Amino acid sequence: MGTEPLPLKLSDGSRIGVIGGGPAGSFFSYFFLEMARRMELQVSLDIYEPRNFSVAGPGGCNMCGGIVSESLVQNLASEGITLPESVVQRTINSYALHMDVGSVTISTPLQEKRIASVHRGGGPRGQAPRKFGGLDGHLLGLAVKKGARVVNSRVERVERQDGHLQLIPAGGPPASYDFVAVASGVNSPARMLEPLHLAYRPPRTTKTYICEYCFGRDLIRQEMGTSMHVFLLNLPRLEFAALIPKGDYVTLCLLGRDLDRQLVQSLLDTREMKEVLPANWKQPEDYCHCSPKISTDTAVEPFADRLVFIGDCGTTRLYKDGIGAAYRTAKAAAKTAIFKGIAAEDFRRHYWPVCRQIHQDNLIGRLVFAVTRLIQGQGFARRGIWRMVSKEQQTPGSSLRMSTILWDTFTGSAPYKSVLRRALHPGFLARLLWEMLAGFWVANHHKKEARAL
Amino acid sequence: MRSGILGKMYRDGEIIYRQGEMGDSMYVVESGQVELLQRKDDKEYCLAMLGPGEFFGLSALFAQDVRSATVRAVGEDTCVLRLQRKAFMKRAHEDASFMVNMVEKLIQRIRELEASLVRVGEQPYALDLQATADKDHTRT
Repeated sequence: MGTEPLPLKLSDGSRIGVIGGGPAGSFFSYFFLEMARRMELQVSLDIYEPRNFSVAGPGGCNMCGGIVSESLVQNLASEGITLPESVVQRTINSYALHMDVGSVTISTPLQEKRIASVHRGGGPRGQAPRKFGGLDGHLLGLAVKKGARVVNSRVERVERQDGHLQLIPAGGPPASYDFVAVASGVNSPARMLEPLHLAYRPPRTTKTYICEYCFGRDLIRQEMGTSMHVFLLNLPRLEFAALIPKGDYVTLCLLGRDLDRQLVQSLLDTREMKEVLPANWKQPEDYCHCSPKISTDTAVEPFADRLVFIGDCGTTRLYKDGIGAAYRTAKAAAKTAIFKGIAAEDFRRHYWPVCRQIHQDNLIGRLVFAVTRLIQGQGFARRGIWRMVSKEQQTPGSSLRMSTILWDTFTGSAPYKSVLRRALHPGFLARLLWEMLAGFWVANHHKKEARAL
Repeated sequence: MRSGILGKMYRDGEIIYRQGEMGDSMYVVESGQVELLQRKDDKEYCLAMLGPGEFFGLSALFAQDVRSATVRAVGEDTCVLRLQRKAFMKRAHEDASFMVNMVEKLIQRIRELEASLVRVGEQPYALDLQATADKDHTRT
């Protein structure tokens, strides 16, 4: 008679290693240690993070637009995790949508500042070092308060030894762990895991372009207020651009194909962008910028025995709310490891459904962004949207159908499934069609008038 | 003007909600402090002072009843974040683990209230003892 293998479970004295101290690694450590405390499980947890988040520039930065979504702010608040003023660079209560047909500001439905713009590390190159190290430093600090130990090294190799996992850091002695959570993002090489011969395949990625411009706090408040500015322009290679106001800096984020300085300059030269930027402002010769990869897909088999991939290297939301997805996957992995077990089968049953839900929503998100691209290319469609959202914002008490759809699409505050469901409402479609036709008629009428003159 | 505080800002003494009002949200203190006040007959009692990370107004989410207390901002720049019933309930059913955190905090608050009840209960007895001692002292 064959014996069944013993279930893989954590027990008193278990050692846990976390590769990466960004939001996914810190959230995982925070919730894992909290749940372990509640279950009276005596474990130790080490976070391997080579960066010093209080250093300004690339050395302390995790390269991201730096938006904490409305839904994540609320989720964290309900967990008792507040984001202090030292971390939040600016709170945002509205989105200004800029198109060639006009601009319109969409305010948060509850008139509250519920979105936080943050620096991921110590801030852009040239900024004085920060005491708290931006969002990543703050979250890492919360994990340390729960009992995590930070090892300031990069993990170079992961090997299996006697069934356990051995992490080999750069210039340090190897350490053996019962369970490892990988939160290394998609910008760090996954070569360290090659000796394990996993079925894991990292998610597909695309490149973004992020620039940081120093305007000074007062000028930002005066020119941009508490709005994030979104640009839907018909520029070749550009899908989406956003200006995110922060403390002394404004972050410009671009999504599209073959993004480079030339495209940035073309964007800065547009009338729509010039209307938002301070008068006579010119792009400086030297400014902090990066071209990080972002995940656009879900990894294949983001788990194995004693191992789980969380955050971007597991899955994330398409283009938006990456920190929110890190929170969800990290918490789901921590719950599985504490309450179910650390075998691949445990993660397949209890962790994978969370990744799959995000993945399926991203499929709908692709459709939403495909429609957005279609609208960007059609003048009458842009005009229709602008007319509809302008009327909603100007008429108190009107139903904010288009405004909330745009708000949730650009802020990542709601799942793409919810955005699509509302966009398919017959009332919404009828209204949009009417505004598009009206916009088309007005544009034709103006053209005829111009020709007659 | 401070630019990095989430939620809605209230001035010192400003009312966030009043006892007797209908409510469909709970709140989390993001910065500053709030006091929970309950009025009974002609008297107003301070039930608790809450700081960053603490929540209030939870009963309105479950009881669908009027607010049992008035909540007032204490000091300048108090910011609170509102969590609506629908979003809260959805989350509670999807991720029960965050409710454990709330239950822990509620139990802590019940203990504090119990401790203050005991203190109030002890007070007349302590006063009586003092009065008796004073009388004895007068007699001697």
